[in-house]
Amino acid sequence: MLAKRIVPCLDIKDGKTVKGVNFVNFRDAGDPVELGAQYSRAGADELVYLDITASHEGRKTFTELVKKVAAKISIPFTVGGGINELQDVDRLLSAGADKVSINSSALRNPALIEEIARNFGSQVCVVAIDANYEDGQWQCYLNGGRVPTGKDLFQWAAEAEDRGAGEILFTSMTHDGVKEGYPNEALARLADQLHIPIIASGGAGTMEHFRDAFLLGKADAALAASVFHFGEIRIDELKAYLRGQNIAVR
Amino acid sequence: MEVAIIKYNAGNIYSVDFALKRLGIQPVITADKEILQRADKVIFPGVGEAQTTMEHLKSNRLDELIRELKQPVLGICLGMQLMCRHSEEGDADCLGVFDAEVKRFIPERQEEKVPHMGWNTLSDMRSALFTAEQEEQYVYFVHSYYVPVNACTAATTRYILPFSAALHKDNFYATQFHPEKSGSVGETILKNFLNL
Repeated sequence: MLAKRIVPCLDIKDGKTVKGVNFVNFRDAGDPVELGAQYSRAGADELVYLDITASHEGRKTFTELVKKVAAKISIPFTVGGGINELQDVDRLLSAGADKVSINSSALRNPALIEEIARNFGSQVCVVAIDANYEDGQWQCYLNGGRVPTGKDLFQWAAEAEDRGAGEILFTSMTHDGVKEGYPNEALARLADQLHIPIIASGGAGTMEHFRDAFLLGKADAALAASVFHFGEIRIDELKAYLRGQNIAVR
Repeated sequence: MEVAIIKYNAGNIYSVDFALKRLGIQPVITADKEILQRADKVIFPGVGEAQTTMEHLKSNRLDELIRELKQPVLGICLGMQLMCRHSEEGDADCLGVFDAEVKRFIPERQEEKVPHMGWNTLSDMRSALFTAEQEEQYVYFVHSYYVPVNACTAATTRYILPFSAALHKDNFYATQFHPEKSGSVGETILKNFLNL
């Protein structure tokens, strides 16, 4: 049976892991390669490395980091941040990444999804969506949650799927860092509407929150950062708990 | 031991390279016919689209070369599909090592997403690639097309329907999953191939 995936996410700035609460106030959370290797040993199913550096130098450092991760870790990993054109995708896949996650660049230039799918296959292309619940609607945001777009989450997710996205990584800005659970209603609506896997992101605080994302939110994978980085939830214990709840995990 | 990875226009060549290096092997990544024919083991990886990739293989005459290899050959993911007779993806005529047709997954229920992406279990293993304790162990899959269970099936996985997780015929081995991305279970499978 296909297992539900547990995905630790590492935000990388200047080669180091950081994690924000509601996208600001970063705290240091350690060496990204060692952290990824630890998660892999603990039973993580996939890793996500997001480059939140803006500078050209930072990008080079990140590509070097991707090579080190690929050399050391034998589970799949996705990389994101600063991917604006096919050349960026090629550079990161050549460094050993399995998938790329595109966010703002896809909103600005939706044809990029088609280009990636055509050149490297849909399975490589994760479309990440940051959305905030406001006035009864889920609005998509650009630039790490700073710029509202007026685009609706469900419309944009459907368009991304049509254009060839292989997965949707949905981060609720409303829930991110608050640790009160994932946005299960919105997740379930996405799951009922789309035909590609959905990764839930933003809001994990307890093991029950993961269970709910899978059972109520119908998510295929659940992503979290700080609860893993700061040892609040251990991945092996989380998996034992989910198994006890009759959820298929590796 | 000389291990050659066939170089062509497909992804995930590097992750296979890294996985072999973790096992202490320095593979050569090449499209050179002599090196490929001479190698002790040949790996045919792949992530990409069937028809485009077949055209590329034909224009470089790698199609004949692969069919005629005599040493143990391991196809991975698209590599395995291209070793079949025909693929629905781009209506492509493939290498024909395995007498099987590659078909697209058609979901029967809303929760059955395509691609089949993530960790799933192996069963009914019948190949030197596997050891008995790997029954029901998880390996990593990413694919939208599948090979139905047939006379060459060497392991089965169930998603929407039972399909071939691995194939074997003579010196040709193939996995639909990615052993190079399947943690310690995948490492054992790669070691078993290298020890053939």
